[in-house]
Amino acid sequence: MSLSAGWYLGLAALVFSIGAIGLLVRRNVLIMFMCIELMLNAANLTFVTFARVLNDIGGQAIVFFVLVVAAAEVVVGLGIVVTNFRRRSTTVADDLHSLKG
Amino acid sequence: MLHVAYLMPLFPLAGFLVLVAAGRRIGDPVAGWIGTLAVAAAFVVACLTLGGLLNQPDAHRLFVHDYFTWFHVGGLNVPVGILVDPLSVTMVMFITGVSMVIHLYSIAYMKGDPDYPKFFIYMNLFVFSMLVLVLANNLLLTFVGWEGVGVCSYWLVSFWFHRDSAASAGKKAFIYNRIGDAGFLLAIFLIFEKTGTVQYTGGPGGGIFGQLHHLGGGTGTAAVLLLFLAATGKSAQIPLFNWLPDAMEGPTPVSALIHAATMVTAGVYLLCRMNHLLALTHAGMEVIAIIGGVTAFVAATIACAQQDIKKVLAFSTISQIGYMILAVGSGAYVAAIFLMVSHAFFKGLLFLGAGSAIHGLDNEQDLKRMGALRKTMQWTTITFTVGWLAIAGIPPLAGFWSKGDVLDNVYSHYKVLWFLGLITAVLTAYYMTRLQVLAFGGEPRWDKIGPHGEPPLHAPHESPWVMRLPLVILAVAAFFGGLLDLPWIHHDSFEGWLGPVFAGSLYNDHLHAGGEWALALTDLAAALIGVIVGFALWRGAQVDKPQLEPQFLQRVWYWDDFYDALIGRPSQKLATFCAWVVDVRIIDGAVNGMASVVRATGSATRKLQSGYVRNYALGIAVGMAALIVFLLSRTWWS
Amino acid sequence: MLHLSLVVASTRPTWPDILVFAASAAVIVVGALGVVTSRHPVHAALSLVMTLFGVAVLFIEQDADFLAAVQIIVYAGAIVVLFLFVIMFLGVDRREDVEVEPLGGQRPLAFVMLAITLAGVIAMLATAHWVTGAHQVVGPIQGPITKSAGAPSGEVAQLGKQLFTTYLFAFEATAALLVIAVVGAVVLARRPGLSEKADRAEQAERAERSGQGVAS
Repeated sequence: MSLSAGWYLGLAALVFSIGAIGLLVRRNVLIMFMCIELMLNAANLTFVTFARVLNDIGGQAIVFFVLVVAAAEVVVGLGIVVTNFRRRSTTVADDLHSLKG
Repeated sequence: MLHVAYLMPLFPLAGFLVLVAAGRRIGDPVAGWIGTLAVAAAFVVACLTLGGLLNQPDAHRLFVHDYFTWFHVGGLNVPVGILVDPLSVTMVMFITGVSMVIHLYSIAYMKGDPDYPKFFIYMNLFVFSMLVLVLANNLLLTFVGWEGVGVCSYWLVSFWFHRDSAASAGKKAFIYNRIGDAGFLLAIFLIFEKTGTVQYTGGPGGGIFGQLHHLGGGTGTAAVLLLFLAATGKSAQIPLFNWLPDAMEGPTPVSALIHAATMVTAGVYLLCRMNHLLALTHAGMEVIAIIGGVTAFVAATIACAQQDIKKVLAFSTISQIGYMILAVGSGAYVAAIFLMVSHAFFKGLLFLGAGSAIHGLDNEQDLKRMGALRKTMQWTTITFTVGWLAIAGIPPLAGFWSKGDVLDNVYSHYKVLWFLGLITAVLTAYYMTRLQVLAFGGEPRWDKIGPHGEPPLHAPHESPWVMRLPLVILAVAAFFGGLLDLPWIHHDSFEGWLGPVFAGSLYNDHLHAGGEWALALTDLAAALIGVIVGFALWRGAQVDKPQLEPQFLQRVWYWDDFYDALIGRPSQKLATFCAWVVDVRIIDGAVNGMASVVRATGSATRKLQSGYVRNYALGIAVGMAALIVFLLSRTWWS
Repeated sequence: MLHLSLVVASTRPTWPDILVFAASAAVIVVGALGVVTSRHPVHAALSLVMTLFGVAVLFIEQDADFLAAVQIIVYAGAIVVLFLFVIMFLGVDRREDVEVEPLGGQRPLAFVMLAITLAGVIAMLATAHWVTGAHQVVGPIQGPITKSAGAPSGEVAQLGKQLFTTYLFAFEATAALLVIAVVGAVVLARRPGLSEKADRAEQAERAERSGQGVAS
């Protein structure tokens, strides 16, 4: 029998936090995307854990959808990164601050 | 022939439209002839209407016709219609007649003016408005005409608006009239509130005159006093008379037509038209009589000290209208209308004569620079003399009969006011003699250096025939105008003719024959005293007589200064206060304050909008932490 | 009502389970830290692969075999490869200076906020009896996963059934989303088309010709 859900949830929270810090700290758009993937994975891990604990297949189904949406997000996001790089020759998020108030 | 009466205002309107459309292309002098013909056509229609009315028996001389509904709101139904009765026909007869000759005169007088067509546009519009005023069968349409003549007066007074004095004189006339107009409007509201109609007669409930029982007591007095306020504005009576002397800035034909013969008598006409209402209130009548008598006297004293020939005539006009108002206040409506008609003749004549003199002297208006014009301007001199004798009250000219009629009626009611009127008659004869002697008698002064160092003028020349012809026509009218209402043929003449209009409200107490003769002789004595004193004082070559022209009179009893101190300066102070304190500090301060609050908030919060996506993500992180803390706190405290 | 203490397990875990979890957790955390701290994007992407493998192992540990497979195939196989492809394609191998933070207060605040979040979540796990009103939404995972050959795995069959019945509408919507994403990516990545280029060239030529006309 697996470990209690608390361990999994704690691990997921840790991974989520690392991903979030990475998103807030890193300036490379590609790495920021990867951090978002980390956060999504943490969430997926939580879903699967609850699916097991609550004995409900819905938790796994939602992970399936998260995977699909993550794939779509990466496709469009990277497309934007490529287009932007063509125009400005940069992948640094801080270089894009023309919306400054 | 009564059904053609509606054409009367339409002819001047047509003239107005033609001149508006093509006046500038037609130009000088054909535009003037077109304007004159339009008014002449109106005069012909007026004559036809008069004939039509004369064909009716006395009691049926009333023609009311609604042509179409102007507007219909709730209980207020305002038709556009005319009211033809002896009063309105008398008015249109002398309005169109005098307008016609003055238009004719203007053709030559305005020659060479760059705005020649515009002058006739305004004049035709004025005649149209005046006819609407007089012929309207309801108060509201009368008010339309009332405002129309007001605005034409404004345009024509400031016709030479490039002169500051003319522009401000026009504004002054307009503002003084607005005060009176407010009274007129309030009176209309009050009358409509009480009777539910604005028509004089006819229509549902028999019009205003059919429902006078709703206007008894204080209401009637209030309505009458409000109408009288309107009349003081339009007819230049105390307390609103100051605008008329300034209105002399307009061209002289305008002064003759609008500010002597027709428009300024509109107030008197209005009071006469509402005579049934006036009859309800004795207090109102007394107020009217007192104001009229005092105005006549005050204006006559001022006229004695004026230097400008047109100003003398302007104050004389105020004084004469004071007589008319005095007559109205005494219930002598017929006498008021009689004086109005004869005054239109002789005052129109005097103004045109003065205009002829001014024209001959290259626009010099100062009496002290005229003199001896009889030698070069015979026609003007002869006709002007007729006007002088008429207004002075020398028999058998019109002024003697009409003024005598007024004074007779006043004598029966207000002895004090009669005495004031008699003194005014002496003063009238005096200042007109002064005017006559200074302008036409004595030695020429136009060839001398002026009192302020002006260069000598060219020798005066007689005016062309289009200017002389009106003078002759009006002189004849002023000479024989008295025949309209000779005292011993009352029944068949003017009084018999106008009587039905004022049935019931005319104070019908003629003196016995002996009393009339005594009063007539008193009037004649007053006129002769005035003329003789005038000759005695002003005959010599010396024309600077400051003791006879005190500052007090030259400055119009300090009336303008009084208004200036009472209203002008406080208003100016208030305006300054509003401009520099209320506007700058409070209003601008509030607006700018809001702006600076917004600006401060904006510049404080704009720092949040760093433009860095990571910063925005940090905001999400803060929110997430707050949410977690919130959930945790709920778990602990539950 | 379903009351579950998530910390105190109903049955004691076996040693293999603990070992698998510990190893996977170590891999996951190291990989995550690698993503965040790598200066080079390629290193970060490889670290991400590490984390994804770890997560996949934990999926298997919790009887989610199908998701583990998809995790490896889609994430590690497709998405990370896409990342690497873009990195190579753009040639952005520039090292990022991680030590320097141009935005004042960004880094400390980020650490504080995430520390609060992490501490809060762990505190909740440790102290609270987890109370949820959730009924089973779809149905229990039926029995232990049968390992017999030929018969489909119970969990996979169940998941597939749910996806094509209960979640059919969402499933179709994600299909549409993927198509839109593909079209969007094509539009974004497209270079100015040849036809436009031709138009521009023609315009330039015409302008030149008219200029010459004026000159001559």
